[in-house]
Amino acid sequence: MVENNSKANILMMKKLLVFTLIMFVFGYALVPFYEKFCEVTGINNLLRPDVLAKDNWVDEERWVTIEFDANTRGLPWQFKPLQTSARIHPGEPVNVMYEITNNSDREMVGQAIPSYSPRFLDKHLKKFECFCFTKQVLKPNEARQMPVQFVIEPGFPADIHTVTISYTFFELPEGASTAKR
Amino acid sequence: MAAVHGDAHGHDEHHPSGIMRWVTTTNHKDIGTMYLWFSFTMFLVGGFLAMGIRAELYQPGIQILEPELFNQFTTLHGLIMVFGAIMPAFVGFANWQVPMMIGAPDMAFARMNNWSFWLLPVAGTLLISSFFVPGGAAAGGWTFYPPLSTQGGLGVDLMIFSVHILGASSIMGSINIITTILNMRAPGMTLMKMPMFVWTWLITAYLLVLVMPVLAGVVTMLLTDRHFGTSFFNAAGGGDPVMFQHIFWFFGHPEVYIMILPAFGIVSEIIPTFARKPLFGYSSMVYATASIAILSCVVWAHHMFTAGMPTVGQLFFMYATMLIAVPTGVKVFNWTATMWRGSMTFETPMLFAIGFIFLFVIGGFSGVICAIVPIDIQVQDTYYVIAHFHYVLVSGALFSLFAGVYYWLPKWTGNMYSETLGKWHFWLSMFFFNLTFFVQHFLGLAGMPRRIPDYNLQFADFNMISSIGAFGFGLTQLLFLYIVISCIRSGEKSPEKPWEGATTLEWTHLPCPAPYHSFEKPPIVK
Repeated sequence: MVENNSKANILMMKKLLVFTLIMFVFGYALVPFYEKFCEVTGINNLLRPDVLAKDNWVDEERWVTIEFDANTRGLPWQFKPLQTSARIHPGEPVNVMYEITNNSDREMVGQAIPSYSPRFLDKHLKKFECFCFTKQVLKPNEARQMPVQFVIEPGFPADIHTVTISYTFFELPEGASTAKR
Repeated sequence: MAAVHGDAHGHDEHHPSGIMRWVTTTNHKDIGTMYLWFSFTMFLVGGFLAMGIRAELYQPGIQILEPELFNQFTTLHGLIMVFGAIMPAFVGFANWQVPMMIGAPDMAFARMNNWSFWLLPVAGTLLISSFFVPGGAAAGGWTFYPPLSTQGGLGVDLMIFSVHILGASSIMGSINIITTILNMRAPGMTLMKMPMFVWTWLITAYLLVLVMPVLAGVVTMLLTDRHFGTSFFNAAGGGDPVMFQHIFWFFGHPEVYIMILPAFGIVSEIIPTFARKPLFGYSSMVYATASIAILSCVVWAHHMFTAGMPTVGQLFFMYATMLIAVPTGVKVFNWTATMWRGSMTFETPMLFAIGFIFLFVIGGFSGVICAIVPIDIQVQDTYYVIAHFHYVLVSGALFSLFAGVYYWLPKWTGNMYSETLGKWHFWLSMFFFNLTFFVQHFLGLAGMPRRIPDYNLQFADFNMISSIGAFGFGLTQLLFLYIVISCIRSGEKSPEKPWEGATTLEWTHLPCPAPYHSFEKPPIVK
């Protein structure tokens, strides 16, 4: 009986090992799947310009205050907006300049990641141009001024009067490509 | 029912003696014993960390543990209890019981069985030693979310390796259990005649081979993010920390059922024995277990309602989560119906089994409450969640383990435990457990956050009560250790069949204690 069993047992073990391997690969397959899912549903669209709706209009009845925030993380750059806030009408195009300075004596690559408050602002924020769409390469002591152009759609909830748009620059490790999405 | 016949005669037990017996053993009973002692050791270590946490929270302010160390304590408490105590304990039960309950001579792959056990002490040592490396142990919570886990020091690397090893051990154990159950049942034992414990372990083992490799994958991604320049979870490199949470919980939610399904199995053996009635609704129990396992794979994002998710996603995960209450309810009603009009007696295993049902239902209900999105957004990361999952993991999984140990101790050792002390252990555990965790519901609803060493003065009274309960609960478990040791060393000789209501093969066909080699000739099951 033991002999009969051992063949069947080994076959079973092989099947289960193959299944285990498939599940390990599946874990990695979740990464492109997740990215595709976010792309298709538009959940996580940080690095591509938006298109403004054709029926955009300016709601001159309302005012929204936008506060601009800038941070760096792990790299010796100075990073600041040239104006700290703007008071605008929803639907009106906004153009803000940011300035980065590489205070180190080597060439460095950075990538800015946006963050919004309130969080659902990203649904109503249409960005046409941003330094965060690509990586930024700065030579030693180089300074650069870069624009962000966007519109806050008039469909933005009326009970919110102040929003914050924040960018954080991270250092891109040597050889890493910029964000793919 | 066949009389107990001597299966023990005429075996020369030609195994090495001393320590080499345990290092080289391929016997499922030896390996089961080692699994159980290992998990109990880890339970004491995890319990020590819990005592540290509760001692710090005894009063507001920072008294004993610096915040960094406190974070390491909460993190390692979770990891050690989940991966070191609860899971290996159930594998230990599977090793001891599955072959005996299906009439098999041993596990299918005896040598692999030895290997999957001996990986555990290595992993456990890695985890515990991470306290003593520069920077200390991992401190980002047992779920090791990035960015904290991509930033921590050497302790995080040790944790990652340890999780890899534990995962490999679990996968090998599961392959062994599945093969044993599917290929080595005694003639006549069809799948639908298997004891419930065997059924629950079969389904649990499938869940393990389904999700453990995904955990191995996600910690590997974490490792390459930390050291090899990949950016799976690094926002600057185009990765996404929220994706970690999705992949982690794709493993993590089935994981909580991995920890509770075998508990359902143990309770489903004990209740019929002490109610002296067959299990009510056997086939519905099997289908309920399978439905719970399948549903558990599609509810993971209910752990992430506040991580940012479209409303449609929140609704799907909310409804799917609530749906799990249906098969779980089937189980609870079946246990109740099994007891209904049974001739019940209340020995220690039965007390723990009934305590399990009572307290697990409380934990289940607070689980349904947490599934509701707007409430979950309020209680996320508060002590309400802590209370919820300790009701299902301590008074759920752990109580069922106690019940199982008392139930099968006579079979394992040939000796009876002290019924008086066993009852003391139950009632003290019951009292102190509720003292510790019931008040945490109130703390959580009032807004006390988890994983924080200090708290607002308004939480002081409940925290003091909870800490006193925790110290009591911890001490009570030393009583359990004493009961088990004195049962092994000097317990009264067990009768051949200590539980008259028991109907599974290990009780009807094997003597007490079970011989070293059992069922070399398979029994015939009618």
